[in-house]
Amino acid sequence: MRIERRERVPAALLLAGGVGACLLLLVLGSLLIHSAGAPVAASWLALLKGAFGSRLAISEVLTRSTPLILTGLACAVAFRAQLWNIGAEGQLYAGALMVAALGSGALSLPAWLLLPTLLLAGAAAGGAYLLGPALLKRFLNVDDVVTTLLLNFVMALLVSLLIQGPMHDPLSMGWPQTAPLIDDGMLPRLIVQSRLHAGLLIALACALLVALVEARSSFGLQRRAVGLNAKAARFAGISTTRIAIWTALWSGGLAGLAGAVEVMGLRGYVTGDLSPGFGYTGVIIAMLARLHPGAVPLAAFVVAAVFVGADAMGRAFNVPSYIADVMVALSLFVMLGTSFLLGYRVKK
Amino acid sequence: MSEALSILLTTALWAAVLRIATPLIFAMLGELICERAGIVNLGIEGIMTVGALTAWYCVYAGHGLWTAWLIAALVGALCGLFHGVFSITMAQSQHVTGLGVTLLATGLASFVYRIAVPGKATPPTITAFAPLDLPWLGHPLLAATAPTYLALALVALVAYVLWYTPLGLAIRLVGEHPQGAQAQGINVVAVRYGCLAVGSALMALGGAFLTTAAFNSFVINMVQGRGWMALALVVFGAWRPGLALLGALLYAGFDAYQLRLQTLFPGIPYQIFLMAPYLLAIAAMVPMARKAIGPQALMVPFVKGER
Repeated sequence: MRIERRERVPAALLLAGGVGACLLLLVLGSLLIHSAGAPVAASWLALLKGAFGSRLAISEVLTRSTPLILTGLACAVAFRAQLWNIGAEGQLYAGALMVAALGSGALSLPAWLLLPTLLLAGAAAGGAYLLGPALLKRFLNVDDVVTTLLLNFVMALLVSLLIQGPMHDPLSMGWPQTAPLIDDGMLPRLIVQSRLHAGLLIALACALLVALVEARSSFGLQRRAVGLNAKAARFAGISTTRIAIWTALWSGGLAGLAGAVEVMGLRGYVTGDLSPGFGYTGVIIAMLARLHPGAVPLAAFVVAAVFVGADAMGRAFNVPSYIADVMVALSLFVMLGTSFLLGYRVKK
Repeated sequence: MSEALSILLTTALWAAVLRIATPLIFAMLGELICERAGIVNLGIEGIMTVGALTAWYCVYAGHGLWTAWLIAALVGALCGLFHGVFSITMAQSQHVTGLGVTLLATGLASFVYRIAVPGKATPPTITAFAPLDLPWLGHPLLAATAPTYLALALVALVAYVLWYTPLGLAIRLVGEHPQGAQAQGINVVAVRYGCLAVGSALMALGGAFLTTAAFNSFVINMVQGRGWMALALVVFGAWRPGLALLGALLYAGFDAYQLRLQTLFPGIPYQIFLMAPYLLAIAAMVPMARKAIGPQALMVPFVKGER
């Protein structure tokens, strides 16, 4: 038995693969729900209702998908150039801290100037945090997976240090959190009496921008060339150092923006639990979107719906909400499996 | 200052060093075996979590400690085989499949734990391994448990197998030059699957040590980056068991020492002490990475007949 690559995939097969993948996920999810001792059909219904059943539910899914779009883009952008940035979580907090430092009264600017300044500062902080690992990789060949991962733990400790020490809000009683942003530093709400904020528009604009840059600009082309074959790219006269630096700023910047937007749109201050792993989920979202920036918002939306819906299901039937993490990770493997089966055929 | 130095002479410190190093030694050995065969296993953090939960649950359900370890190793090996289906058979990016395994395994462990222990009560405890007290093995002052000595023995065993047996030669050849190994009649796919299974079993044991020897309960997210630290140790140890063991002991020594320094210097925020090992690990990787002595076929999928 051996496998060989298909020349082209027929449309009917593609459709069958997609349907099959969804059915498989449905079966696996049902097994999980069943093992938690909950009624399967009613639980799925609760998940759907929790994610899409009302205006509030949908706005909550959109709110949750906002940082995921940005961290998903951050990972997609890095992976396309073979920079294995698994540190979006740390870069997100770097952006959030920068926004909290500048936006809680340190800068007094009119709102139309303050908002872009804060967003840019957050992005810059995230980009700077990825610069170290990127340069270590480029010049000293240090494994980027390990450095970006370890820096997530360093950042978590830095956040804990700052929100308990120098950046602690004296008015927060004992709670470890930073001083809140001034009103001019907060992003406007998109729908009144919901948590949905203008950060969603920023995230979507970023997705559009990244998609355009990747597809149309020479920068995107060069990055892809470096990702496909760094040696050949260097031979063709592309400065891999320049690409490494800009890729780090580009990817880390998007992750930093995720943190900035979470603080400016939602919380108003930084706490240690600002992100429930948005950075790590971003890795999966980038893969589900198959590294296409244009597909990232859709992937982020679906993943956010699973998380929000699973919360509702958990409240209704006592299914542990960790089922969302399991389902999202399973969807990655089901996607990898189907695309393999579609791309290859088995020969006897 | 003399106070800070005198800590180094206490047996409590050295007991702590061994306790902190043991899970890292298991996990580091597991990762080293996988990488020697050409597979980066980023599932390490998740597989450790699954091992921690499995071992804890087996003891909680009334099985013996060593039975729990055996089952944890088997579950770990299954995780490795699952990883292999995607990284070896389907030749997908090892970064993606490994991280996927970590996310799936940690999520699944948390899910299962919540079902096994409903409610938010304090985590149930089990009777953990007691310090070994044998005159010929295990100095009572070091208060080390049997798994710690097992970990040290495994380092020697893995080093011996890798360098002095035909099997070890086959594994290293598969990691360096799979096509060459194939030409020598070595079944590359089988070697890689085998290394992933054995390596992942060891990772799971690293997690099992946490719940059945270091602490006596399971807590969600209890692995806390130890897997990633083990990954750094493999690079630091230049893919050699002995050097990596030295790295694990150095790291554990620093970790145990900083814990005691914290109480000596209450003026310095404790987070600074906790940050230091991570930054040191990154710094320590620099001189090793420059030499680029890792297996040449690391992360390169093997497809029969392709070069």
